[in-house]
Formats: sequence, C-alpha cells, structure tokens
Amino acid sequence: MSEKTILLDHGSGGLASQELIADLFLKHLDNPILRSLEDSAIIDNQPGRLAFTTDSYVVDPIFFPGGDIGKLAVHGTINDLAMRGARPLCLSLGLILEEGLDLDDLERIIISIACACRESGVPIVAGDTKVVPRGKGDKIFINTSGIGIVPDGIDISSKNARAGDVIILSGTMGDHGITIMTRRAGISMQGKLESDTMPLHGLVRQLLSQIPNGIHTLRDPTRGGVATSLNEIAANSGLAISMEEEALPIRPEVRAACEILGLEPLYLANEGKCLAVVSPELAQQALSIMRSCPEGRDAAIIGRLTAGKPGRVVINTPVGGSRVVTPLHGEPLPRIC
Amino acid sequence: MKYLDEFREKGLAMPLVAELRRSVTRPLRVMEICGSHTMAIFRNGLRSILPEGFTLLSGPGCPVCVTSASHMDAFISMAERPGVRVAIFGDLFRVPGSNGSLANASSRGAKVDIVYSSMDALELAVRNPDDLIVFLGVGFETTTPGIAATILAAKNRNIKNFTVFSTQKTMPPPLIALLNDPGLKIDGLLCPGHVSSIIGAGAYQPLADKYHLACVVAGFETTDLLNGLILLARQVGEGVAKVENTYQRVVNWEGNLRAARMVDEIFEPTDMEWRGLGNIAGSGLAIRPQYADFDAVARLDIVLPRATEAKGCRCGEILKGMSIPTQCPLFNTRCTPQNPIGPCMVSSEGTCAAYYKYGID
Repeated sequence: MSEKTILLDHGSGGLASQELIADLFLKHLDNPILRSLEDSAIIDNQPGRLAFTTDSYVVDPIFFPGGDIGKLAVHGTINDLAMRGARPLCLSLGLILEEGLDLDDLERIIISIACACRESGVPIVAGDTKVVPRGKGDKIFINTSGIGIVPDGIDISSKNARAGDVIILSGTMGDHGITIMTRRAGISMQGKLESDTMPLHGLVRQLLSQIPNGIHTLRDPTRGGVATSLNEIAANSGLAISMEEEALPIRPEVRAACEILGLEPLYLANEGKCLAVVSPELAQQALSIMRSCPEGRDAAIIGRLTAGKPGRVVINTPVGGSRVVTPLHGEPLPRIC
Repeated sequence: MKYLDEFREKGLAMPLVAELRRSVTRPLRVMEICGSHTMAIFRNGLRSILPEGFTLLSGPGCPVCVTSASHMDAFISMAERPGVRVAIFGDLFRVPGSNGSLANASSRGAKVDIVYSSMDALELAVRNPDDLIVFLGVGFETTTPGIAATILAAKNRNIKNFTVFSTQKTMPPPLIALLNDPGLKIDGLLCPGHVSSIIGAGAYQPLADKYHLACVVAGFETTDLLNGLILLARQVGEGVAKVENTYQRVVNWEGNLRAARMVDEIFEPTDMEWRGLGNIAGSGLAIRPQYADFDAVARLDIVLPRATEAKGCRCGEILKGMSIPTQCPLFNTRCTPQNPIGPCMVSSEGTCAAYYKYGID
C-alpha cells in the first residue's frame, strides 16, 4: 500500500517531493517555464491590462461523469478570466493532498489537468504541493490562480449592463450541479447526466472579436446557479431583470432529476456556461455567434434588463403569472415530499 | 417529460386561467393544506393572476413546519449522544430548535446524515454497524408507508442498529382542530394530492358534510392547480359542499389500502404536538410495542424536553391561515432563509420561505 499512496513525505520538500515533481507533474504538465523549477515563473510583458483571479476546488466526488476535480480547476479559473474579457495566459496549480490518496487517482487527475491545459492552450507555469495527515483533508483540494490579458478597448463588467439589454445563456442549465448531487446521493438515472465543465474563452473570444462593443457583461453561473448570477447582475447594475420561464434551456434528464429531488435548475451550478448581457440591436448576432461555437450550440435568449425595481429578478411563467427569483440561500437541500 | 409536460402545457392552461376568472362569482377563501401545493402555486406564478375575490391561505401541511420545537430539541440532543448517527431528510437540517439546529450540532461533531429515503437510512445502518442509526420520521401519510416498509425490511434482514424516532402525523385531525377554531373563516379546501393517494379522497367527505366545505383534491402541475381552483370557485358560487377529485391519475376514493395495512401493522395512533396548533389527540403515529426494537423513543428512553417557541414568531398563526407571512414582525427582518427563526421560513415548502423566495415586496 505504501508504494501506491501519497505519504506525508511527498509534501516534505525532500526527495519524495522531488520524485513526485519529476515523475508525475513535469511528466504530464511539462513546458519551458515550469521545467525551470525556479521559485517563481517569469512571464514576458504583454500589451493590454492584466486580469488576475484565483479559485479553490474541493468537489466531492473527485471523479464524476463528464469530468473530475482537475479538469474543473483548469476550466473554472480560465472561465473567471474570460468573464472579464481577458485572454487567459497561464495558471498556477496548488495541490493539498490527504495522506493515503491513491497515486493512480492523483495521476489520473494530473493527466486530466494536462489534457485540459493542452486543449485550452493555457499552461500551468507554477505549482506547489502540500500533504496533510489523513483525516485533515478530503483526498485532494486544488487551487488554481490565473493571469490573463484584457485587450485595449474591452471593458466587461456587470456595472455595464443597461436597461433594454438582452440576456443570453450559452447553453443548458444545471448539468454540473445535478450530476454531482445525484452522484452524492447514489441515485442513478436513466439517460445521461454529465457535468458541463468546459472552457469558455474560445466562445468569448469569438464574441469580442466580432462584436466588441455589443457585449456589456459576462458571468459564469457556477455555484448558486443562473438565479444567483442574475441577481448579482441586477444588483451591480442597479436594474431589474425580467426573464421567461419557457425560454430557459434545460435538458430533459436534468429536469427529471430535479423533479425527483425537489431542486430547481435555476439554482444548480454550471461549469461550462456563461450569461452574456448584450446590446439589444446586436443580440441576434451574438446568439448566432454563440450557437456557431460548440460550447454555445444550445444558447438561448432568456430575458432582458429593465428599468424596474433595482436588483429585482422576475420570471414570467407560461400561464402569464410571475414570481420573484431570489439568490440561493444556503446549500440546496432535497425536500421531504 | 411524460406525465409532467402534458399538465403544464400552455395551450391547456391558458383557457383554464380564463375559466377561473369566470368561475369566481362571489368572494371566497380557500386553504391549500399541502406545502407542495403552496410551492407549486408560487412557482407557477398563480398568486399573481388569481381573480379578485379569491383568497388563498396556506395551511398546516408542511411536515417540517409543524414539527414542534420540543421535538427539534429532542432530535438535536439525540444527535449529540455518543454512538448515535441520525439520518434525516434534507429539509430538517437547518430547522432551529430552542438552541441551534442539527446543522450546528453537525458542526460540533454530531453525526448527521442527509438521506433521500428511509431505505437509505437502513443501508447507512449496514455500513455503520458500530453506530445506532436513528431515522427522524417527520412527515405525513406520504412518508409513513415507506418508513413502515423500512422497519419491516430491517426486521426481515435482522438489522439491529436501525431505529426510527417517529413524529409522523396524520392528516384529517389537524384540519378538524382548525375548523373548530371560530377564528378561521374558510369556504373550501384544496386537498393534498399525495397524502390523498394514501388516505383516499373519501377522507374529506365528513369535512364537506359537517363544516359545509368545498373540498377538491388536486395534483401539483399547472393545469391540476387551475382545475382545482376552478372547481372550488364553482362549488362556493353554487353554494354546494362536496368532495371532488381532479387528481384521478393518482388518487382514488378509498386510498391505498395496502399501504394503510402496512402502516397499521407498525404504527398506532397517539397524541401529537404540532407547532402552532398544540397537542392534538390521535393526530400522530407511534411505533407499536411489538416493534419496540426499532423505536428510538423506547430504546434511547427519550423524554421530550419542554421547549419555548421563538418570541414574536407567528408561525403558529400562519399555519392556521390566520396571518400571512408579511404580517409577522420578524419576516424579512430578523427571520430570513439565511437565518430562519421559525420553521415556516426554513423548510423549502414553508409558507414564509415561499413568500420570501417567490413573492416578497
């Protein structure tokens, strides 16, 4: 067992740490900057403004249909950069491993990180590993920080949303959240539930290169779901949001699982979707651009900003009724009946 | 999605909305009893399109909301006993007792597991042979048969570390207690869909007869709800009081006799304390002595502590339909879903949570 699992020695900075770096991290994540193994990475000066973000990943289970904690850690930070209009440049990777973690599992995660980096063209240029005693962590925690470049003239912020702007959701809601929840609950469903984890910087690049002035706000509705992100946009812009329930894209499998567990897709996490707030005259064009990208093929216009009560998000139901949509409070919990 | 989309279809629902407007010929007050109805009505935005004169009150049909503070305190103190692992439905996690919630107890190291059914709790017992599993039975007729079946399964499989703390409640008794309260003025009941699948639509006939109440059993989808409201408005308009069942794909007149037999095998009627309504004779279910091995109350010698309800909290009046959440001084001031004081705010089906989530102004 000792051969195949993470030991406290692996985080000591000594020989075992060096072996782990050489045999695992460099083997899969290799690039000239990382390979230098210096105390910090030096990145050449780039024109534009710097965007900088960080996020930690503690998802349980660490492997799930559609992805794993490693892939999530790469995509999540890339997406946070992309949501400000930044072109992601590089990432750091911090690992906190629990003593006893299966080395094969760790390698699977590192390979997955390498694959996600390669596919998105964003390298890991700095890293760190610590090991905590068994019971002091939960298998693996990952932190990634990312640097990106915001091209001149690009200003994406929730403060920029204006009354009349159209809100586009880049695809179906709730896929990631429901996949994790059903896995945790040990519920298996007919049909395929899988996480939507994917990088969105390619889609954002298309939008910003074709209609640079049309995109006012971008948000990735991760934890808290679309409902919470829309509330943030409404609060930050001082506007109201009105959306149409019938327009919300939801996969039938996700809807079925939500019905069974008593959850609302609006509050479930997404890991490969963005909300775009777009000038009304460019909304159709933005929608076509999104739909022409594989990441946005299910994109839909779901609502618009209005001059109503600041911060208020209202959804119109198919029977002509309406209700207020509040942000998420606490973890979504399944109901009794 | 089959059996859902058909009943949500706009083409069917819109004419029903128009028909509802036509059906209200005099003012009426209707109580929806079931928490799932409360949520479904809000979710569909039906409150915003109710015709003038149609008042909907929310009754005592959310099982978490009617769980008394002393029961919550007993749950929490039990979770903190060494060797005990409690299994609960998610709704119960954040419900406050007199001093904190199960979520607080969990953060202090108590073993609290959220399960999706009582059968999951039984598997928890198998996986944790050194812990005594206590499943917190909170619910109405919709959950009782499943719990009865689980106790039978535990007996058949000879699983010794599985118990149930029953606060199971039954449906007609609290309605009768409410209807005997002269302060409550209602013309009709929107009767619960899933409880009725067990007890049968016939269970409401005595209420229609004795209290001259319009009673309509309805499902939870858009057209189910609209249909139910239309029939209630028509009955009140015509001055009749009868039981109608619009949820025939699930509910019959007699109920689920097999489930009822199973419940009767395991449980016997007992007096039960309800939050806001007090003690109601014969309104609860206790595990029969011959199944005492599966009864947490017997095995752990549980005595219900005396608990005080939070000061200023109007959950009691709200559960009786005598106040609406926005009339409570704590609503959206001290009592919010992030920091709930009364159970009507914490349960996802609670009336206060529904007002907060879907409608506050």
